[in-house]
Amino acid sequence: MSGEEFVPLSLTPLLIGIFAAVACALPGNFLLLRKQALIGDAISHVVLPGIVVAFLLTGAITAGPMMLGAAGAAVVAVVLIEAIRRLGRIEPGAAMGVVFTTMFAGGVLLLEQTDTSAVHLDVEHALYGNLESLIWLDAVGWSSLLDAQALAHLPVELPRMALTLLAVTLFIALFWRVLKISTFDEGFARTLGIRTNLLGLALVITAAVAAVAAFDAVGSIIVIAMFICPPAAARMMSNQLEGQVAWSVGFAVLSALLGYILAGYGPLWLGAQDAVSAAGMIATVSGVILAIAARFGPCRNRSGAPVGV
Amino acid sequence: MLDLACSDGQVKQGQALENSPLAIRGLTVSYGQKPAVFSVDMTVEAGKMTAIIGPNGAGKSTMLKAALGIVPPVSGQVQVFGKTLDAQRARIAYVPQRASVDWDFPTRVIDVVLMGLYRELGLLGRLRAKHRAKAIECLDRVGMGDFATRQIGQLSGGQQQRVFLARALAQGADLYLLDEPFAGVDAATEKAIISVLKSLREAGKTVVVVHHDLATVAEYFDNVFLINTRKVAEGTVAEAFTADTLQAAYGGRLATAQVDKLALAMG
Repeated sequence: MSGEEFVPLSLTPLLIGIFAAVACALPGNFLLLRKQALIGDAISHVVLPGIVVAFLLTGAITAGPMMLGAAGAAVVAVVLIEAIRRLGRIEPGAAMGVVFTTMFAGGVLLLEQTDTSAVHLDVEHALYGNLESLIWLDAVGWSSLLDAQALAHLPVELPRMALTLLAVTLFIALFWRVLKISTFDEGFARTLGIRTNLLGLALVITAAVAAVAAFDAVGSIIVIAMFICPPAAARMMSNQLEGQVAWSVGFAVLSALLGYILAGYGPLWLGAQDAVSAAGMIATVSGVILAIAARFGPCRNRSGAPVGV
Repeated sequence: MLDLACSDGQVKQGQALENSPLAIRGLTVSYGQKPAVFSVDMTVEAGKMTAIIGPNGAGKSTMLKAALGIVPPVSGQVQVFGKTLDAQRARIAYVPQRASVDWDFPTRVIDVVLMGLYRELGLLGRLRAKHRAKAIECLDRVGMGDFATRQIGQLSGGQQQRVFLARALAQGADLYLLDEPFAGVDAATEKAIISVLKSLREAGKTVVVVHHDLATVAEYFDNVFLINTRKVAEGTVAEAFTADTLQAAYGGRLATAQVDKLALAMG
């Protein structure tokens, strides 16, 4: 494909897909090890009422208030999950299940009561995103990357997702040591003076921010898949946290690249007429990678794993 | 407490609170409605090995965790070397129960020991060769030097416990608190651990151990703290580890014959 075609049509969706995948996979590593991997699923559901409420309050489909609403709902959910887990003394999975189904159901009711048919608040958009629409029409080729006027019309999702990825990366890098210690041994971490509750909350809020930004850009199906699949596959490739995180980034990038290409060209190669959803394909590819890692990964047989698996 | 019990001539009763490595006053911890630890006072004697003993569910581990701020107490004060816990964290090393962590966590033995250097390294301090050398040295002290690059999931229970002890050694503390370090470990590991703990005491450190094996109390420890939700007895082994105090702590759960045997074993 020439630059004239690739840059305006494929470069920005590809980059946005990669940034979103990596931004979700990074915190996903820690969530997985803390047995909180479902939180990605929870967040992607609870943002619905947040978005609807933001729409009701502002009456407009503008990204700013909607993302604020989504982020607000995510934080409310995270706090609710923590509260239910502690006060109810039940396992985190159950607490998440209770909160996200309730909030999602509330969002559906709200949505039903609102006339949103004219706007793209529909389920399809929410689930699969609209990666293919994030094109850069002002670009004419690779030279546009140096053209200030063309750059000014980049899809806003690109810088937003890039900033989110930067923030997530900074958080993980800055708190790497304490995240590692408190994920492995929370009691010990507390005796060192590490404020593990606050750190755990910060991690989940970071994940929520990544999820909301990715949700807006590429849909929730990528969010759910990227929180779990690349880190879980990476765990079977390395017995060290550093290695696991590196592999998970690699798998996230690979899923985004391969998924985007397969969605665009796969059906054509098979003789079908239309391309399929890139977000759906990216999530599928990440699942296939997980399956391959589970079958062939060097670290898939561990003492903790059941015999014969 | 009997005067004649203090054979080493130390006057424990007069020990000022400020000198105690760990002084607990009126500590109450509750899970739900029922208190797990109720209004407990404890004064750990410096330079000694103290066993915290009591029946299952007596609040032994809970008391330790609350004293360290791991679980929130309902009430009570804790002083560490005469100051608040937060001011003295660098002087404390804690060894949690082995089963409290997921040993499938992706990391190597040496990385676990390096966690003990967190207060030295800080959030972003650079890990240098001297830190690794120190970690290896601590692993050598527990006989695990050859396992440094081993994945922690590949260790036996006894080896896991030794790695935890090595991590505590890396902390270079003055007060060592261990939660059931002998639970489910092999005889060689038990020997290795007790020898390290004794060497710590010889170096003037204070060691407190949540312990479950009554048969080894007299052999391993100087002092005993007997608890069953409330404090039952506290003092030297001769003072606090008697047929009467054990009966009071364990009640019907400890057969009289067993108590007599233990009393005999203590001479």
